[in-house]
Amino acid sequence: MSGYNFAYLDEGTKRMIRRALLKAVAVPGFQVPFGSREMPLPYGWGTGGIQVTAAVIGPDDTLKVIDQGADDTTNAVSIRRFFARVAPGLRTTESTAEATVIQTRHRIPETPLREGQVMVYQVPQPEPLFRLEPRRAETRRLHALADYGLMQVKLYEDIARHGRVASSYDHPVMVGERYLMSPSPIPSFDNPKMHMSPALQLFGAGRERRLYAVPPYTAVRSLDFEDHPFVPLRANGRCTLCGSGESYLDEVVTDDRGGRMFVCSDTDYCGTRQAAMKEAAE
Amino acid sequence: MTGLLPGFADPVVDAQSTFRAVLEAMARPGRVHRLSAPPAAPAPLSPAAGAVLLALADGETPLWLNAGADATEWARFHAGCPVVADAGEAEFVLAIGAPPALSALQVGTDEDPHRSATLILQVQALEEGAGWRLTGPGIEREHRLRVAGAPEGFLAQWAANRALSPRGVDIILCAGDRVAALPRGTMIEEG
Repeated sequence: MSGYNFAYLDEGTKRMIRRALLKAVAVPGFQVPFGSREMPLPYGWGTGGIQVTAAVIGPDDTLKVIDQGADDTTNAVSIRRFFARVAPGLRTTESTAEATVIQTRHRIPETPLREGQVMVYQVPQPEPLFRLEPRRAETRRLHALADYGLMQVKLYEDIARHGRVASSYDHPVMVGERYLMSPSPIPSFDNPKMHMSPALQLFGAGRERRLYAVPPYTAVRSLDFEDHPFVPLRANGRCTLCGSGESYLDEVVTDDRGGRMFVCSDTDYCGTRQAAMKEAAE
Repeated sequence: MTGLLPGFADPVVDAQSTFRAVLEAMARPGRVHRLSAPPAAPAPLSPAAGAVLLALADGETPLWLNAGADATEWARFHAGCPVVADAGEAEFVLAIGAPPALSALQVGTDEDPHRSATLILQVQALEEGAGWRLTGPGIEREHRLRVAGAPEGFLAQWAANRALSPRGVDIILCAGDRVAALPRGTMIEEG
């Protein structure tokens, strides 16, 4: 696409996002407002993540984009293709190990992240207290006071009604024991991967015009109670394709007579394991 | 003035690589990064300090600096940032030698801790693996950083700045073509 700046955004916008990102890293878990721009795809499709990625990537980077763990779904393919077109020199990959920047919607890869990698999360609703307190002015004050009693009460009511914490995704976390943060709608299974991760984690919410960050090696604690500790949820089964008993599983309906199977949500992880099994068999 | 020195050779790519180094530095306090293509900034401004300024400052960011007339003119021309006389009004404070007291800079508010100044502090040398012991977010166990030419009484000022957390000033250290960073949450102990 000629006529566009490298990575689509103009330099002024990139500088504004870059300044906001540096402050976000300096105050882990705090939501920094930024001047979110119109992007060539609708809100809800990752406009926040795309703007963060565009401000971060350079021609030396290797970009991986996943949507619910998969590299080959519409959202992932179109965002990857978008950057391949507007960022000349940028390489794209489906391999977690090869990537330097990973933009993700709702998953963290199974392959452990390493230093030097940047995770960019697409965030629909950055405010973890949104469903409990819709007034933005009020939630800002609650964050300033580190007053998160509302969320503890919500978790308590879950336990009183259902016998356990009812959120299986987007389970709120405390970052550095200071700010309550939405981990974006990742399954609670992925929450422990954020704790002391060697990679830098950046979060962008385009419609809500907020971005935030978790630096590497930062404490990320899923909210819970001493007598009802946080338990990451995972379907009880094995992947039909690669046999993994550790990965996060998607349930796939295979026919209209009740047939179903579990497969890994992370396509790169599953594919790599299948290739290794095939090689070992030969 | 005998003529204005150029800015980045390739503004888009060089600004990106500079930002990325600063982002990594801010995310891993105490790690020293070498910039790949810093501009030849007018003396006494180091190439690193010049690069950080051009990568981050623009017409929206009031700048205070004590680097002399040539550097002021250079920053005004290439970054287009308004230069202010009171460091307490600046979003970026670029200091060579003795910086203004950290307590005199913007530290943000409890509701807006991000509205604080960033101090670009030029020092003589930065070296990993010895000197100060750094701990805090971004550091697995401890990072060592030796800073030659840190201002007098800096550690006491830094402790006071850290006590304001989550408010506070963030610092980008520059020496030659190297950068390191001290976000407000980093704890520094003398090595």
